[in-house]
Amino acid sequence: MPSELIHKYMRIDHLPHIWCPGCGNGIIMRDVAVALEELIDDPEVNVSREKTVIVSGIGCSSRAAGYMDFNSIHTTHGRAIAFATGIKFAHPELEVIVLTGDGDCSAIGGNHLIHAARRNIGLTVITFNNDIYGMTGGQYSPTTPTGDRATTAPYGNYDRPFDIAQLAAGAGASFTARGSAYHTRETTELIKQGILHKGFSLIDVFSVCPTYYGRKNHKGGAVEMLQWQRDNMVPASRYYAMSEEKRREKILVGILTHNEYPEYTQEYAKLLEKVQTGK
Amino acid sequence: MPGRKKLVLEPEWCKGCGICVAFCPKNALELAGEKVRLKEDNECVLCGQCEERCPDYALYLEELEE
Repeated sequence: MPSELIHKYMRIDHLPHIWCPGCGNGIIMRDVAVALEELIDDPEVNVSREKTVIVSGIGCSSRAAGYMDFNSIHTTHGRAIAFATGIKFAHPELEVIVLTGDGDCSAIGGNHLIHAARRNIGLTVITFNNDIYGMTGGQYSPTTPTGDRATTAPYGNYDRPFDIAQLAAGAGASFTARGSAYHTRETTELIKQGILHKGFSLIDVFSVCPTYYGRKNHKGGAVEMLQWQRDNMVPASRYYAMSEEKRREKILVGILTHNEYPEYTQEYAKLLEKVQTGK
Repeated sequence: MPGRKKLVLEPEWCKGCGICVAFCPKNALELAGEKVRLKEDNECVLCGQCEERCPDYALYLEELEE
């Protein structure tokens, strides 16, 4: 018997999942389940299981929509945000959550990402960012750091990587944040804030892929990769207490941007009202 | 008052990654045959960090009925 949380919010007949030993995706998927459970149980906020939809694309990360026991849809490669936009536009009262990966969301689906961010449509996008295409055998992705190796970059990747959270913020997303597989409680809290935020929110969560990215780059196994996150990523409470010089060496786990811009479906409702009443 | 808790292990779900062993603050866990188990004479304080970081949901805290 798994824990009450897993039993309640996951399709346990599909578990254990197919992810490799030590894959960070299982940790992040649990963070999403905890965030949703806490919001559903909170009488102060209006989040229900019935009105929550989980949408995913293709890739290791995107298996999560199949494991999580909510209204869910597993879509085509890169199109999770496009499907989610349609769902949210048709039913603005739904809480639409996209679970995606670095490749799915910033390469194949990059255009959907920037335009959903630009429109500030009320989706919550959670990226399981593992710096590699795991499912197809370890090809470099848009977030693979310069110089790192992949099966398609045997001499090192010479592309410069995207910072997905900054990309979304630059395109107009009103809430962007960074989490990590190691920092479970902080990441869960950021996911909750992203879900409660009314506009487009993106939480870029650094996962770990020991099988392809770790092995190709001699980063050790899952334990060493999580230790790297522990030592190099710093929660906001400690990050802002550090000197500017120290901060430059570390990666913030916390909110990057938080603005109140008009939300797309609400703006559309206003336009409809105006046109239909002539006022 | 929160109820008393116990740590439950599901070795069948364990893939032997060793994350729980490495991050247990009390060094209470070990791998045996690539499956997690509690050490004898362990000093587990039921902090739940293993549950939070287990990618395979193979161990968790359970409330004990009073």
